[in-house]
Amino acid sequence: MSTTTAADAAPVVEMTGITIEFPGVKALDGVDLTLRPGEVHALMGENGAGKSTLIKALTGVYRIDAGRIVVSGSEHRFTRTRDSQDAGISTVYQEVNLCSNLSVAENIMLGQEVRFGPFINWPATRRKAREHLALLNLDIDPSSALSSHSIAVQQLCAIARAMVVDSKVLILDEPTSSLDKAEVAELFDVIRSLRDKGVAILFVSHFLDQIYEITDRLTILRNGRLISEHLTKELPRMELISAMIGRSGEALADVEERAHRVASEHDEAPLLRAVALGRDGSVEPFDLDVHAGEIVGVAGLLGSGRTEVARLLYGADKAGSGTLTFDGTTRAATPLTSIKRGVAFSSEDRKKEGIIGDLTVRENIALAMQASRGPWRPVPAKELDAVVERYMKALNVYPANPNMLIRNLSGGNQQKVLLARWLATEPRLIILDEPTRGIDVGAKAEIQRLVAELAGQGMGVVFISSELDEVLRLSQRVVVMRDRQKIGEITNGPDVTSTTILETIAASGSAS
Amino acid sequence: MSTTTTTPSAPPTASGSPRPQGARAAVRRVTHHHLFWPVVALVVMLLACGLRSPGFLDVTIMDGHLFGQPVDILRASATPLLLGIGMCLVIATGGIDLSVGAVMAISLAVSLTYIDASGTGGTVGTALTAVAIGLLVAAVIGAFNGFLVTVLGIQPFIATMILMVAGRGIAMLITKGQITTTTSPPFKSIGSGFVLGIPTPVVIAAVVFALVALLVRRTALGMLVESIGINREASRLAGVQSRNITWFVYLLCGLLAGLAGIVYGAPTMAADANNIGLMKEMDAIMVVVLGGTKLDGGKFSLAGVVVGALLLSTLERAVVIFHISSQITPLFKALVLIIVCIAASERLRSLLTSRLPRKRPAPGTGTSTPSAQEVTA
Repeated sequence: MSTTTAADAAPVVEMTGITIEFPGVKALDGVDLTLRPGEVHALMGENGAGKSTLIKALTGVYRIDAGRIVVSGSEHRFTRTRDSQDAGISTVYQEVNLCSNLSVAENIMLGQEVRFGPFINWPATRRKAREHLALLNLDIDPSSALSSHSIAVQQLCAIARAMVVDSKVLILDEPTSSLDKAEVAELFDVIRSLRDKGVAILFVSHFLDQIYEITDRLTILRNGRLISEHLTKELPRMELISAMIGRSGEALADVEERAHRVASEHDEAPLLRAVALGRDGSVEPFDLDVHAGEIVGVAGLLGSGRTEVARLLYGADKAGSGTLTFDGTTRAATPLTSIKRGVAFSSEDRKKEGIIGDLTVRENIALAMQASRGPWRPVPAKELDAVVERYMKALNVYPANPNMLIRNLSGGNQQKVLLARWLATEPRLIILDEPTRGIDVGAKAEIQRLVAELAGQGMGVVFISSELDEVLRLSQRVVVMRDRQKIGEITNGPDVTSTTILETIAASGSAS
Repeated sequence: MSTTTTTPSAPPTASGSPRPQGARAAVRRVTHHHLFWPVVALVVMLLACGLRSPGFLDVTIMDGHLFGQPVDILRASATPLLLGIGMCLVIATGGIDLSVGAVMAISLAVSLTYIDASGTGGTVGTALTAVAIGLLVAAVIGAFNGFLVTVLGIQPFIATMILMVAGRGIAMLITKGQITTTTSPPFKSIGSGFVLGIPTPVVIAAVVFALVALLVRRTALGMLVESIGINREASRLAGVQSRNITWFVYLLCGLLAGLAGIVYGAPTMAADANNIGLMKEMDAIMVVVLGGTKLDGGKFSLAGVVVGALLLSTLERAVVIFHISSQITPLFKALVLIIVCIAASERLRSLLTSRLPRKRPAPGTGTSTPSAQEVTA
């Protein structure tokens, strides 16, 4: 119903023929996008399809090389983000971009404070912030520090901030990737109420369920080009996927088939054994064995201690208690000793703990390999070229140019480069923390296939993901975490489903 | 996707466009090089001096030694270059070393005091020992800075300010509050001598530059330093020993500052703790920044330091040539530096290019893609 009225209304944003070139790549090639007031519009495409670039064109981060941007009937040429904001366009990014050390009220009202002459009227400012929070059904203390709230609440604060400046267009870039189910439902309520007020919402997400639940219309991009625009309810899921990846959905179907492997008998000693490994304030002591050729999943809700387990196993954090044995030798782990022993760790925070933005793809791949050799013994150029070429090809990194700066790659491709970095160290055990977060269906499938393949070649894998399906699809055993404790270990089998894991989490919750 | 795939068999629609584009691309590559504007400034400055004072650019050979204004500029560049090389690496790790000027004073004080006490200043052995001791002390100071920054985690600005302030006091203690003067022809020749007709400081600076450049770019040190400067935590997780590498860089910076102190002070043979190397830390930072290395760390350019050092000493020479009164000398220097920085500013460049009309209209790029497809088909 709302879609029919939305279609009649004059578009609030009309982008036509948008073209953006980067050195060596055409990131966008004549793309159109129309946003109508009172509709939720999904922007769909794989990593590197140009979604982020298009958003950045609309928010004034990038300048367009060709095309027109018309907002509310008048043409704009955005040269900075401020121009776009002034035109009524607000963005909530995947990573919350607020100041976590300021209070909620300060964040929401930043630049819009209620003034008294040259001074800020704080009580009035806080009152106004509270009103805006109330509109989003959020009852939190405006003077509390933003960092004291969950990511979900922070995201809602970011939306509240967008509403303070009375935005006509709200861009939500992967807003749900770090939220749990209840939080997503809450966010969707807010989105619906904003839509009903006539705000045009551009929604980017890799969760297809959410796309079908919340959006009215969608635009599909592939390789920087516009593929098509549809009403969401008129486009079957399979067709959407094939439009995004540019081939039929069969390729995906075979990933959907669970790579069920019978947990083999492990006579030999485990590759990695943690006994009572723990760290105060991080994770309670836990035991864990990983054998060669085995994929061990770690499941649990956000904040359950999944990441902390990974960090202790790798030595990113110093263990406070317990022992870690790798291949028969027991010693405390640091990143460097781990790499030298053949352990690799891909962090969940790609931007802060993964990529070296201003270095090239080649250098990023070389980094861990080089670090293990120390600064004085450089990897011979020929050897490095071979390694770089091999992994860029195997992982299908796009664009296939090792001399590009990694920060100019899309998120999924950055992730692939980071995997290449770790595979280049020829690890015997790889710890993957959310390797598929924020990347699209196609790349996700590729990475899952790769993980299964690596285990097939005898590598031990610790696989952490907030998507239970993914964990179950790949792992032979699943470690279940809750409240920073290991609460169980489930051997995977045909009758183990995501419900089994959720029940485990819930059951132990009632027991305690 | 490259637009330059137009082969000779390409349709005449694209006639004329590929060649100028290639030339334009070459020009673009040169003008967009990070050293383009500093080099332009350097050349303009030299030419201006040459016009103002004919014979400025002449180099003559007297007694087998090179003489002339350009040689003097090279000689004067040695100190800022030595300081700049160390500073450049420190800045690349995301740090800064404010103590280099004071370290210059300390190393010179140590060396000259040793010579003075030995009483055998005339022998080469004493001079060499004096240099070695001076450098050793400088390296120890660099290591101390590195210790404060890496082990204790003190912010580099504060950590090195300690010695910037206290260092001169230490130098005073060494010289017992006097300006120690002594004689040692071998030591003096480090600053005022010639090797194969070239002033010794120039030779020393060139050799050090070559060694450090090799050290940094032929090993993986340079890449790891950049990686630390860009993203320390990601580097740590990738196994980079950022503590050791950062520490080493501070040590190297101290060592080079010590060498700079000896080279700079040797011609005077007077250890003036208050004035040797005064404000040289600012020169060093300026030289690094002029050479296109950003103060927030990461990518660095040693070649840029060379250009920066030459630019700085040419500037100081130009002040003399143009008879600029001493009151407005700082202003003159500041003006030139500001102009270079503005010209090299990326933001200004992108602002200008976006304001100018597009040289390649959209239809042109539109036709080039299908034609490229035709060629491959």
